[in-house]
Amino acid sequence: MKFTLQVWRQAGPDDRGHFETYEAQDVSDEMSFLEVLDVVNEDLIREGKEPIQFDHDCREGICGSCGMMINGQPHGPQRGTATCQLHMRKFKDGETIVVEPWRAASFPIVRDLVVNRSAFDRIVEAGGYISVNTGSAVEANMLPVPKSVSDAAMDAAACIGCGACVAACPNGAAQLFTAAKAQHLNLLPQGQAERWTRTEAMVETMEEYFGSCTMHRECEAACPKNISIDFIAYLNRDYVKAKTVNRNLTGQGLSQ
Amino acid sequence: MAQVTPRSSVEAAVRPIHQKGRPWPWPASLYQTYTGKKWAMAITGVIGLIFIGGHMFGNLKLYLGAAEIDAYAVGLREVAYPLVPKGFLLWLTRILLVAALAIHVHSAWSILAHNRRARPVKYAGKRDYIAADWASRTMQWTGPIILLFIAFHLADLTWGWVNPEFVHGDVYANTIASFQRIPVAGLYIVANLALGVHIYHGAWSLFQSLGVNNPQYNALRRLFAVGFALAIVAGNISFPLAATIGILE
Ligand code: FES
Repeated sequence: MKFTLQVWRQAGPDDRGHFETYEAQDVSDEMSFLEVLDVVNEDLIREGKEPIQFDHDCREGICGSCGMMINGQPHGPQRGTATCQLHMRKFKDGETIVVEPWRAASFPIVRDLVVNRSAFDRIVEAGGYISVNTGSAVEANMLPVPKSVSDAAMDAAACIGCGACVAACPNGAAQLFTAAKAQHLNLLPQGQAERWTRTEAMVETMEEYFGSCTMHRECEAACPKNISIDFIAYLNRDYVKAKTVNRNLTGQGLSQ
Repeated sequence: MAQVTPRSSVEAAVRPIHQKGRPWPWPASLYQTYTGKKWAMAITGVIGLIFIGGHMFGNLKLYLGAAEIDAYAVGLREVAYPLVPKGFLLWLTRILLVAALAIHVHSAWSILAHNRRARPVKYAGKRDYIAADWASRTMQWTGPIILLFIAFHLADLTWGWVNPEFVHGDVYANTIASFQRIPVAGLYIVANLALGVHIYHGAWSLFQSLGVNNPQYNALRRLFAVGFALAIVAGNISFPLAATIGILE
């Protein structure tokens, strides 16, 4: 197979950036999209040019670093997979493929296709954890968790933090990420102690960096882990409850 | 959460687009956040839906003739009379509706401005939407259309400013006189189509904003939105159409 790639090249955060056109020859339909970029980069290196910078690590859809816009869709045309799991058989031979980095105010471009997703860390730091006392570990089976609850929590916990939800959202909102990161803990018994402080802190940190959800449902469609927007509804529900509960806690002299 | 000083250049490169202000007293503090504003938008949207539903249903009295609808208009002023003075509930409703509309528009405006800040640089390539539909992406246009339409509609049939044949209290005659002007009938039809599109997205997404979500019944939410939008559009558009064709005269 042969492809024409239009790739966004940007030398640094302050560079204006532009599309550059590359030809990828002898592409097998079993190659992943990242492997095609590797091939193009080999050529560029051989020609003494700067290779295309892109983020990647696991190449099996679990690290979440390989996000990029492919033909106007996050992670490309295949649903429920990351860019590294996208095979070239999904494209027509000879097709022109446009590749662009995520675009959001809080995902500044580092270089070419690499963006800085550290704003996600700010959200997780705000409450995407549970506090556990040190000492001997509690027997795990002492804490009963209904099967349906652990299943739902796992669905949310599947989030790999790739940023496709923000990239896909016309509003640049991170609701799906935040909902996944908050709800997988809010559902489980271990997450209850900090449930309301977590929800309030995570939502408000999210709003410092990202847009606001208007239910376009693009995030759900783009998510390589097929995380449902149902979690956004649960987060919205928990948030208003958190504002009320936390206020009561403050009223009892328990500051957060 | 308090903004910590950046611990690395990676962290420093990302600056917040919004700073949380000093909290107002509860529940006003909710409205300071965008998630809270979505709640406000959904609740005021529900108020709007209830009103729009009642308004359309009441206006079906046009088909029962002049006497019926004129009596209906008088009746609206006398709801719960003599328990409360005449016009009391009418004015209470009006105040509630104006307040709801103001909150709805303000929260929309504020969320829109925030979302613009969240993506200052648009995609350079063509964006290929998968799930976002035409309705969800035109809320910011159908909204202002409806707002302008409300202003015109009030000037036309409540105050009579743009209706030369307006006689206060003569509901049937005023309505027909207005709708028999073709451009006005067209305007009503276009505005109600915009309203239908707005409701199609709004009446579904309000459930999400309010956290009303149960996978077992989620399909009903879309059904409700489609049904409600269709009923409103069909009912409301039928009046100018009937007046133009001559069924109502
Ligand atoms: S490289 Fe790890 S998810 Fe794609």
